[in-house]
Amino acid sequence: MKPGRYGVFGGQYIPETLMSELIRLESAYNMYKRDRAFNLELNALLKNYANRPSLLYYAEKITKDLGGARVYLKREDLNHTGSHKINNVLGQALLAKKMGKKRIIAETGAGQHGVAAATAATLLDLKCDVFMGEEDIKRQSLNVYRMELLGARVIPVNSGTGTLKDAVNETMRDWSLSVEDTHYLLGSVMGPHPFPMIVRDFQSIIGREARSQILKSEGKLPHAVIACVGGGSNAMGAFYRFINDKSVKLIGCEAAGKGIDTTENAATIATGRIGVFHGMKSYFCQDEDGQIKPVYSISAGLDYPGIGPEHSYLYATGRAQYYPITDEEAVCAFEYMARQEGIICAIESAHAMAFAMKYVPSVPRDQSVIICISGRGDKDVSSIASYRGRILI
Amino acid sequence: MSNIQTAFNNNKAFIGFVTGGDPSLESSFEIILKMIEKGVDIIEIGIPFSDPVAEGPIIQKADLRALNAGITLTKIFELTQKVRQVSNVPIVYLTYYNPVFCYGSQQFIEKCKEIHVDGIIIPDLPAEERDEILPYCKNAGVDLLCLVAPTSFDRIPKIVKDATGYIYLVSSMGVTGVRIYIKTNLKKLIDEVRLHTNTPIAVGFGINTPEQAKALSQDADGIIIGSAIVSLIEQFGEYSPAHIGEYVASIKSALNS
Repeated sequence: MKPGRYGVFGGQYIPETLMSELIRLESAYNMYKRDRAFNLELNALLKNYANRPSLLYYAEKITKDLGGARVYLKREDLNHTGSHKINNVLGQALLAKKMGKKRIIAETGAGQHGVAAATAATLLDLKCDVFMGEEDIKRQSLNVYRMELLGARVIPVNSGTGTLKDAVNETMRDWSLSVEDTHYLLGSVMGPHPFPMIVRDFQSIIGREARSQILKSEGKLPHAVIACVGGGSNAMGAFYRFINDKSVKLIGCEAAGKGIDTTENAATIATGRIGVFHGMKSYFCQDEDGQIKPVYSISAGLDYPGIGPEHSYLYATGRAQYYPITDEEAVCAFEYMARQEGIICAIESAHAMAFAMKYVPSVPRDQSVIICISGRGDKDVSSIASYRGRILI
Repeated sequence: MSNIQTAFNNNKAFIGFVTGGDPSLESSFEIILKMIEKGVDIIEIGIPFSDPVAEGPIIQKADLRALNAGITLTKIFELTQKVRQVSNVPIVYLTYYNPVFCYGSQQFIEKCKEIHVDGIIIPDLPAEERDEILPYCKNAGVDLLCLVAPTSFDRIPKIVKDATGYIYLVSSMGVTGVRIYIKTNLKKLIDEVRLHTNTPIAVGFGINTPEQAKALSQDADGIIIGSAIVSLIEQFGEYSPAHIGEYVASIKSALNS
């Protein structure tokens, strides 16, 4: 396969203005990923600053309650900044610094990536501007304030639907002007090559740790690895080291919003078609003319009309399966996790838990499954309360 | 080769852009006719897209107006055919790749040929990816226009290798829109491009006033104006043809002076 291609997916569908920079980024990345000093520095940050390795926690109560396979939770919610996003931002911000950049820009949906990017920028003395849809700013005000506390500027995006895809558009527009001193710290395994590769590599620490942790505690590979998928960075990170373990099922959970038979969902694989957008060939929610469709999910982090190209490839080749999970299922799983294990997970991660609740009872008890808990749920508490009809002040 | 070349035979070419179907199919038709009447040499019709990442606010809003007016690809084809019935002026489509890919790249280019569209510009299809569509373009005699940016330097030979029609030379970094100053050293960029191709070079992005048009056309073979025209549509809506006519005439006379 050509670099940057995953079967027919991936590629570099991006204006000429940015092509030179993508080529420069790819060669810088290829150099630094083999550079000993760079890796020592990054690993030290991951260990001492981000709190890695993250726990692989055996969820005994959930296991008993579901009555099937032994359930393990990969606790990315325990990372500094509260999600898996820190893995990627530390890597990319360090790379940006080495490339001589003075400023990073980032898109954010739920605000998790924005918070992580702002954090890494502060730590590494880079300026940081985060683009965020106006809709998302409303439903994630806690994270907006966190970013501002961290010294970042949050730039509201009111074009289009005012959500994640529009934030990506606006970040790309900024980058096409500011590329000389600015790095676009893309938050997911999407966009033009080399981003899907870079983000996957930085996130693959999730699966690398999980694989050795499960081998240690169970003595064998898990039956399945389950993760939520918007753009798909935590899922790609969790899956990547298991791809060659053919016996391990890889399961991605997409946001079905109010249902895949309604127009209000963000289930790209279930309802989308192959297209070209945001620099990549992949699956997208689009109309018959190729216009990108507005999508919806209770989860701002999954509210994106596309999916990373490597996920499209894993889907097309049958290596991974993708299932839609509705808002209602995700909210129930969010509550279930809180009451069973005392863990308030992100509503994004609750999509993975919701699938596990349906799936685990059918998996034999001598097997295990790993669910990636991509982030913690503090940011979601008020919107879940309002979903249940309670308004928090 | 299409009839785009003929537009560069005499004077500096004036290439005018509008988003197709903005503010409505009927007005868009009138606007295009007025542009042709007042001396635009090549018409670029933008196919409205939900997420035009290379566009500034002016053209973003135009795309939105067109989409809200119910403009589809089929209607853009109809508009093109209507223009074709009254004029032979070269027509170029500017479109993001997804609508083309979704229609079927080969089918799209064949459709262009059928309705006498001379060329196509796809801002999100750089040299690295253009083999997806270039063979169909060559077959059909539809020019696939290349874009050269201020950051392209090392890449210029690769970009202009198969160039036909005209080279779209992006004057400035960033997105489309009117600019007060254009900082790029255009002469250096143009000279570099000319080392590698004989295809005419048109400069676009940011051109607004007749003075700018005149100045930027010095080293190039033509200039492209989009946002300045589209902002008149934003301002005057269905009454814009007269204003656009006046504006186009002012640019044309500056280019000929």
